[in-house]
Amino acid sequence: MEDRTIRVLVAKPGLDGHDRGVKVVARGLRDAGMEVIYTGLHQTPQQVVETALQEDVDVVGLSILSGAHMTLVPRIKEMLKENGLDDVLLLVGGIIPEEDAEKLTSEGHADRVFTPGEPLKKITACIFDWFKAKPGS
Amino acid sequence: MFDREQLERISELKEMWEKELEDLKEREQPAETVSGQPIKMLYTPLDTGALDYETELGFPGRYPYTRGVQPNMYRGRLWTMRQFSGFGDAYDSNRRYRYLLEQGQTGLSVAFDMPTLMGYDSDSDRSIGEVGRCGVAVDSLKDMEILFDQIPLDQVTTSMTINGPAAILWCMYLATAEKQGVSLDRVGGTIQNDILKEYTAQKSWIFPPEPSMRLITDIFAFASDHVPKWNTISISGYHIREAGSTAVQELAFTLADGFAYVEAGINAGLDVDRFAPRLSFFFNSHSDFFEEVCKYRAARRIWARRMKEKYGAKDSRSLKMRFHTQTAGCSLTAQDPENNIVRTAYEALSAVLGGTQSLHTNSMDEVLALPTEKAVKIALRTQQILAYETGVANTIDPLAGSYFVEAMTDKMEAGAEEYFQKIDDLGGVLPAIDHGFFQQEIADAAYEYQKAVDRGDRIVVGVNRYCSGEAPEIEILKIDPEVERKQLERLQRLKEERDGNRVSACLEELKRCAVSGENLIPKILEAVRAYATEGEITAALKEVFGEYKEKPLF
Repeated sequence: MEDRTIRVLVAKPGLDGHDRGVKVVARGLRDAGMEVIYTGLHQTPQQVVETALQEDVDVVGLSILSGAHMTLVPRIKEMLKENGLDDVLLLVGGIIPEEDAEKLTSEGHADRVFTPGEPLKKITACIFDWFKAKPGS
Repeated sequence: MFDREQLERISELKEMWEKELEDLKEREQPAETVSGQPIKMLYTPLDTGALDYETELGFPGRYPYTRGVQPNMYRGRLWTMRQFSGFGDAYDSNRRYRYLLEQGQTGLSVAFDMPTLMGYDSDSDRSIGEVGRCGVAVDSLKDMEILFDQIPLDQVTTSMTINGPAAILWCMYLATAEKQGVSLDRVGGTIQNDILKEYTAQKSWIFPPEPSMRLITDIFAFASDHVPKWNTISISGYHIREAGSTAVQELAFTLADGFAYVEAGINAGLDVDRFAPRLSFFFNSHSDFFEEVCKYRAARRIWARRMKEKYGAKDSRSLKMRFHTQTAGCSLTAQDPENNIVRTAYEALSAVLGGTQSLHTNSMDEVLALPTEKAVKIALRTQQILAYETGVANTIDPLAGSYFVEAMTDKMEAGAEEYFQKIDDLGGVLPAIDHGFFQQEIADAAYEYQKAVDRGDRIVVGVNRYCSGEAPEIEILKIDPEVERKQLERLQRLKEERDGNRVSACLEELKRCAVSGENLIPKILEAVRAYATEGEITAALKEVFGEYKEKPLF
């Protein structure tokens, strides 16, 4: 495992302004020792991917509570790939019905979906485990 | 209420009781409210000894209104049962509204989709995937006409959760009423129109603070002349609380916003009694029962006192804080969603014992998606059972006089006053927003809460204790992706059929007035009547006003 700080971009794509969850997660990840960059609200998929590229992040976490996840997540995944960021861990959190969460992960649009009530340590553990197992790490 | 001798005797008795406690163990879970306020094991006259009935409580409908804003409260009329609702297109939502009215709901409350809240039309690039998702899509007067088809606007009152573009959606509603033959002086309802809490909590803004405040005072002035039954603003703590604040923060920040609007109205040259009677409020009802009841009681008293003493209001209607309440969405759990029915019922009870004027009870499935018809019916029935079976509406402010409730009400008031001082020290609400003061306070409280839940100090049934581990087996409302396509088609058709020259002329005139400083409402109304879309009107105003950008912090 590389001995360096994991860099995470947390992002709010779409028009949704619910930022309680994203801010709590951002702080939790920072307190767990990660470097966290927060995009702020109302980001287009383009803006999210550009920031991921500029900030050279290992992980992108998307927070969506507006119901637009089935449109936004696949778009962002697609654009990440187009920009050579296929190896970025893509996590999604928010109000995501189970059926949609299943679809997002099984079809490869996201690596993992977290829904309401998940403890912070589950999210941090997910990132640490992935980073440890990452090829080349 | 007690003389010195009596208090001394009570103090002696209390010491004896405390001795008995020495050998008794306390439960490990900290005795504090959901907001982290410590709570004593017992409250006695020693906590409320100085309480002066006349000045602190008074009578319902009388200053300082601690016990309620109406002299007869629910003995005269029950609270309005108003379920917030909207999804898909205007046809879908119109069907749901008519269903709710048939089920005995007494007022309507419109939820718009994200593009509508942000001032974008359904055909904007920014709207892809969002049309009709978390509310109803409304692009033009045409959609508003469909939304209220067969719903007589002189007979129901409607609340609309709309802020940045409130003036536009309000004008669409007024124009719909005109088309139904209802004159504006007979139209009643509420627009949320509370931009300050958008910057701090709900985050659906369009314009920067200054022009936003001007739109709001334009609405105050227009309504007082033409739409006297309209509540021009619903100053909202709900979203502040949902964003993670404590109860005292919700109370303090909401009232501080309220006073900022009063000052804006006065600075715009309006007499305080000309617009203040139409200011209304909107609070959250969270899970800590007594803390919530005390919050409402303290809110009424603070508002009345400041309006009278600081702003010189003379009309008693300016002193009365009328408010809507919604049970706390953030208290619901995705795990075992049926438990949410119980949570919501307790939260509804505290809102009613706190003297709310109207109430939305959340549906059990709202943590998963917009509610199904069945879930929303249970939520409405919860209110009807509360109103007609439990007897709690029989007597006014029944918790008054409780040592605990009165001490806690005082404490909430004092806590709010401390925040008012901090806000004043920062130069007022707008500079405090600019400093990120409210945003940081709320984010800190939200993080503390989450850590307490993760540690298990705060128990949430089904989440960190008593977990059944079963996947929820409840039906979820699905929004057909076809909604977006159909909405785009309708919008396209509208743009082809309307008089384009008239639309352009209206938008030019609007921009001119945005610069000149004339009241914008008559111009927006004219543009709406010409079927200019929400996105077009917003874009025209953005050209003059610019757009707000937040400094991201966490």
